Amino acid sequence: MFKITTEVITGAEVREAVEGPDAGAVVLFFGTVRNNTDGRAVRCLEYEAYPPMAEKKMAEIAQEISEKWGLDRVAMIHRVGKLEIGEVSVAVAVASPHRKDGFEACKYAMDRLKQIVPIWKREIWADGAAEWVKPDAVFFDAPKPHKTGSQTD
Amino acid sequence: MNVTVKYFAVCHEMLDRSEEEMDLPEGATVKTILKRLEEEWPEIAEFYEVMQMSVNWEYATENTELTEGDEVALIPPVTGGSDV
Repeated sequence: MFKITTEVITGAEVREAVEGPDAGAVVLFFGTVRNNTDGRAVRCLEYEAYPPMAEKKMAEIAQEISEKWGLDRVAMIHRVGKLEIGEVSVAVAVASPHRKDGFEACKYAMDRLKQIVPIWKREIWADGAAEWVKPDAVFFDAPKPHKTGSQTD
Repeated sequence: MNVTVKYFAVCHEMLDRSEEEMDLPEGATVKTILKRLEEEWPEIAEFYEVMQMSVNWEYATENTELTEGDEVALIPPVTGGSDV
């Protein structure tokens, strides 16, 4: 299962997608919405994704895990839209015969997800201001374009 | 030829639209689209360094050649998941 969803993530969906009789471990990871970023109070987060490409890239990560660890049961789900503090934004499940490989592969999946899966996070601060989260500090202080085209959404 | 160009997150916000159709000359590449966007919004060039492009759901370079019906996207730096 590789999915972008607007629904609440419970974890059951990814766990059920990977479980099987040969698994000695199912490693589950949840990413949750924290109430602050570097001490600044966060009201909520908004996630946006490019769903078909995101799901394709998740499947590629699973393929990488298959090649590195020989584990073929990996599931990833990421929620989009507005999320409140404490809600689950992402869940990853990896089934493995032994826990060591499962832990490593689950960490790898999250690291890669943050590198190649087209999903973006916008912080809505407690004071009402909002900004897209930036891995590059320069990027988001962008000026508006001189003119705008027709809206399509 | 016609291609669809999609804009996400900060690009969507800055260009004030989420997608558009572009009519491009034969032999056009990703760079053709970037040049066209620069005409509308010169400062966008400053962000090309940190932005990626995709063609049909695969990361591409500015030299990637386009064909009729392609789906192109501007991909700002991705920030999914959680900060752990």
